[in-house]
Formats: sequence, structure tokens, C-alpha cells
Amino acid sequence: MEKPNLNYINSLAREDDSIKKILIDVIKTEFPEEKQDYYESFSKNDFKKIKDNVHRLKHKISILGLENGYKNANAYEHNLRVNSKDKSEIFDKTLVIISEYLKII
Amino acid sequence: MKCIIIDDEKISRVILKTLCDQTNLNVINEFSNAIEAIKFLNKYEVDLIFLDYHMPSFNGLDFIKTLKKPINIILTTSDPKFAIEAFEYDFIIDYLLKPIEISRFKKSISKVTNKLVSPTDVTKQPKINKAFYINVNKRLVKIEIDSIHVIEASGDYVIIKTEVENYVVHSTLIKINDKLPDNMFIQVHRSYIINTKQIIDIQDNTVLVQKELVPISRSKKSILIQRLDLL
Repeated sequence: MEKPNLNYINSLAREDDSIKKILIDVIKTEFPEEKQDYYESFSKNDFKKIKDNVHRLKHKISILGLENGYKNANAYEHNLRVNSKDKSEIFDKTLVIISEYLKII
Repeated sequence: MKCIIIDDEKISRVILKTLCDQTNLNVINEFSNAIEAIKFLNKYEVDLIFLDYHMPSFNGLDFIKTLKKPINIILTTSDPKFAIEAFEYDFIIDYLLKPIEISRFKKSISKVTNKLVSPTDVTKQPKINKAFYINVNKRLVKIEIDSIHVIEASGDYVIIKTEVENYVVHSTLIKINDKLPDNMFIQVHRSYIINTKQIIDIQDNTVLVQKELVPISRSKKSILIQRLDLL
């Protein structure tokens, strides 16, 4: 399974550690909230909200360089438009990987 | 160039703000929802909007439909096919795919800059107002822009100091600044806008504008000096 990285954040920060910290801090704050929103909407089978939450999380997945995770999230989002949860399991795995990664950066 | 950012995700707003700072674009406000941005745009003018297409309840396209006049917009989205839908509006300059790449961002800004300086674009000509009207005791008073020396913020009011009289108006410096030609006026301090044509001298961190001594912020001093016609 692919691993997250900070390549995009580093390129954006251009060696400015304060910018890098701001970006990482925002992700560390926003990601758990969005993940919780996602699981809540998932448990309620609220497909519109699940789709919106996946869309938001998808951006974080791409920022952290998870190319396959991003492709899977795209496919999952597409499935949600027709009220299908297919690919939710692999999406969950990506969320777990990111959660673990955010603990160590 | 005055910009605003509209995006429900904080990380997107921070990324865009970072890119704008690196490109010397002036982000005057940012919004997590489009409704708040509409309220802001009813009061203030901007040159460019970074607009997230995909927002819950009131999305980018809904926002575009509510605009009363065209404003340059760069759409930001994770889905290019949605952006294509919005391209029927000719004030959509470009779209940026998230996560936004720096080189692609710069290219978009070049497109906006080119549009702003295009002589064929009548709506974006420099401001050439010669006068505006203010409400003084239920009377509309004409203020000749040339006659203004200094505009000073004072709480919820601004004091417009002209060669003949001072006028106290319930307004803000940002609002008044929108009515003034950029090539004649400059904000030299958070509480002062001055007419550069009326400057007598500059010493240390003050500028003498006719008879008015005005403080200059450290950050504004170099901008002011650049604007003056030095020998």
C-alpha cells in the first residue's frame, strides 16, 4: 500500500518552515473532523452528505500524495452518486493510513 | 490586485492564500461560504475571486448566478467536468485543479493580468471618476476628487479633508478608496489615505500633505516612495 508524503506541502512552503507548519496544522485539525463527519453520514446512509464528505477528504488524500488513494476516492464518489457504497472499504483503509501518518508528523 | 477566496475547506483557503502571497496578490478577505461573500461583494469591489466550485448547499455555480456584475473568477475544483459547465460565463478566466500546482497557478494569474490591462476591456479601465457625492446632514454634497488632500478614519466615520472644508461621513476607508483613482491616492497608514499630488514633503515616518501631517506605516513607506517622481 502506498504511503503519504509531504512533497506537495514542501513544494508549496518553499523551505519556509512556518508555512509548512501552518499547512500541516490545518490538515491535522480538519482531517479528523471531516473523517468523523464522513462516518456519521455513512452510518445514516445519507448519500448526499457521504458524497460531500468524500469530496472534501479526497482533497486531503491528494495533498498527501496518495495517488491511488485519490483514484479510489474518485471512483467511490462516483458510485455514491448512484447510491452505491462500493469502494468504501478501500476508502476506509486510506483514511486509516492518513490518520496514522498524521500522528507522526 | 485585490482578491477574495471562497472555499468551504480551510486547507484550500490556506493554500490559495500562500500562493497569492508568493505572487504579490492582495487577499482582502476569505470566506468559507458563498453567501457571506455575496454580502461582502455588495459593499466592496474586488479584481479577482478564487471560487471553489464544489461547496455544500450553495455551490460555485449558484454563486456565479447571483452576481450582479461581472467579476474575474478563477474556479478551483477537483472535478474539471464541473468547471466546463461554468465556462459559459465569459468572466470565468480559468479553472485550477486541486491540489493546485504553483506553475499552473502563475499561468492563471497571468491570464487575469492580461485581461485587466487589455485596452479593449472597458469595464476594467482605471478609475477616472472626477467627483463623488457624500451624504452630509441629509444633503448630497459633491466632492471633487482633485480637491481631497487627506482622508482619515475615525471610528465608524471617515473625515474627508479637502482644500475648502472637512467632511465627516459614516463610511470606511475601504469604501472610499474604491471611489478614488489608484494613480492619485495611496493608503499610507491604516487610518489615512492621502492624495499624492498634494504632498509637500516626506520626513522620517510622516508626510506633509498641504497643511496636514500624516503618519506613514513602515510597510507603506517604500510603496509611497516608489510612487513619487524622484530625481
